[in-house]
Amino acid sequence: MTPPPFTRHAGRVAALPRANVDTDQIVPKQFLKRIERSGFGPVLFHDWRYRGDGSPDPAFELNHPEAAQATLLLAGANFGCGSSREHAVWALREYGFRAVLAESFADIFFANCCQNGLLPVRLGTGEMRELFARYARAGGRYDLVVDLAAQTVQDAHGFRAAFAIDPYRRDMLLHGLDEIGRTLLEGDRIAAYERSRA
Amino acid sequence: MRLPARTLFEKVWDAHVVHRLPEGPELLYVDLHLVHEVTSPQAFEGLRLAGRRVRRPDLTIATVDHNVPTDDRTLPVADPVSARQLEALAANAREFGIELFDLASPRQGIVHVIGPELGLTQPGMLIVCGDSHTSTHGAFGALAFGIGTSEVEHVLATQCLVASRPKTMEVRFDGTLGPGVTAKDMILALIGRIGTAGATGHVIEYSGDAVRRLSMEGRMTVCNMSIEAGARAGMIAPDDVTFAYLAGRPRAPEGEGGGFRRAVETWRALGTDEGAEFDARVTLAAEVIAPQVTWGTSPGMVVEITGRVPDPAGFASAAERQAAERALQYMNLKPGTPLEGLPIDRVFLGSCTNARIEDLRSAARVVRGRKVASGVRALVVPGSQHVKAQAEAEGLDRVFREAGFEWRNSGCSMCLGMNPDVLASGERCAATSNRNFEGRQGRGGRTHLMSPAMAAAAGIAGRLVDVRRWSAA
Repeated sequence: MTPPPFTRHAGRVAALPRANVDTDQIVPKQFLKRIERSGFGPVLFHDWRYRGDGSPDPAFELNHPEAAQATLLLAGANFGCGSSREHAVWALREYGFRAVLAESFADIFFANCCQNGLLPVRLGTGEMRELFARYARAGGRYDLVVDLAAQTVQDAHGFRAAFAIDPYRRDMLLHGLDEIGRTLLEGDRIAAYERSRA
Repeated sequence: MRLPARTLFEKVWDAHVVHRLPEGPELLYVDLHLVHEVTSPQAFEGLRLAGRRVRRPDLTIATVDHNVPTDDRTLPVADPVSARQLEALAANAREFGIELFDLASPRQGIVHVIGPELGLTQPGMLIVCGDSHTSTHGAFGALAFGIGTSEVEHVLATQCLVASRPKTMEVRFDGTLGPGVTAKDMILALIGRIGTAGATGHVIEYSGDAVRRLSMEGRMTVCNMSIEAGARAGMIAPDDVTFAYLAGRPRAPEGEGGGFRRAVETWRALGTDEGAEFDARVTLAAEVIAPQVTWGTSPGMVVEITGRVPDPAGFASAAERQAAERALQYMNLKPGTPLEGLPIDRVFLGSCTNARIEDLRSAARVVRGRKVASGVRALVVPGSQHVKAQAEAEGLDRVFREAGFEWRNSGCSMCLGMNPDVLASGERCAATSNRNFEGRQGRGGRTHLMSPAMAAAAGIAGRLVDVRRWSAA
């Protein structure tokens, strides 16, 4: 699967200020039986988003009216921990998110994001605190610009933070590269490695 | 030239580097790729769409475990969506020439139970699977970690994975565990100490006397939950315990012609060299570890069985206080409540963490000659059909059945409740699995993680008890 490229994105922010959000919350297990990559957006955060009777829970952050058009997610530390299910990333993408900003991410989730053009942005503790505060002050009507080429996050009111990402992942995301196709070009090296161990 | 001192992890990693990419990460060769029904269908579909083949079907092994029913296997799978996913794996295995241990196979089981059991998992290997608990296989001195479905597709197509070298952490357990304290308590105590993100970006190597004294089953329990500490993988240097476990396994190197002996010589050299450096080090004293029980909705929310539910106000950061408050609300617990004596509704003995023969033996010792408390529903789900057969040969199934436990076929079952084995909302469960996340075992279900002996004792008593005093009773 070739991911869509990510260069620069300006969008509305939603905030989920909870630490250790695990992938079981992002897509509960009862929805993992699909054999397609699609169909997960409607069940994103299912058990938090909907009440037992299936109606939306108005208290859940993504159900706030201001969050309706959000494409950027402010999240707590260790976002995406637990199960390796890539379905979590497919769900976030299909729902409409283009990037998740957090102090830290679980390793497998981070890799899964990069495979699907969902940019995981690691910022400092203080920077995340500031973003949550600005989001709250704006009454949830808060926009950010995430620029992968420049590796920056900024708003229209003077907030600007730089983020780090390894050059390999950055390239993959910027150009929407097909990683498998790229590795297949190393076929001779792989075959040589296999011979050396035979 | 003398090589610099290296850790176990560095030796295994270095031996699998095919090529270092100009941007920094490395192309790693995968020795064993384990595949299951939930995280693979989209990967196989990706191969088909791109007209790609599986490079090394001979290094790829598939089984069904996550959504399989654990009751009567002679009946068709009742849930049509699960059935479709199981059929998809069977069709993919046929199309791409991959060996599959399906529901009819006497070797079917949880992927992290059957790999070691078959002798597929060997020291020094690089093993991946689309499952976070792949860290289990590190107990053999393999480097084993979970990957997402896109990476599953990448490994199927290329037998390689692109990865950046993680950092290393040594976790040493000095001394000896007390009676009634197990590998599960060691790993829960570690997670309680360093937190669920304590080892993010790191591969842990477990060392120390208490680790050396663990059986392979115990070592697998420890490595299994490395992911719950945030680690990429957990590893234990192979030793005589490892070699004795592997000798004679169906897929281990052959004994005849000295193949196994030669393999052992290579495996022995994998251990961390004296003087090798780790990026981080943590030490725990095994003597002071008590049986552990989780009270919240994250494996790091854990205390000793003699402890009490903590007061959220006592946590240092606002995020922790908030998380604790939320967890207590979900778990329907009040600060200051003693864990011991907390009534339970269900017991789940199973999962890739604690469903091996030794786990079942340890639970059976507690259960023998007793009855499950009235109103408690208790379930034993062996980790593999082979474990099940072995337990039955030892008469453990009778011990459990006579006590009132349900004796099931193997699968992931109520660890994640993808099959019909789920908690009802509000039910409280003593579980030997690995995750107490909200809704993990069923929406509204309340999970307390603990060792098999502790869970078994809770089932008999109808409430959480300290198994150390139980043994004396």
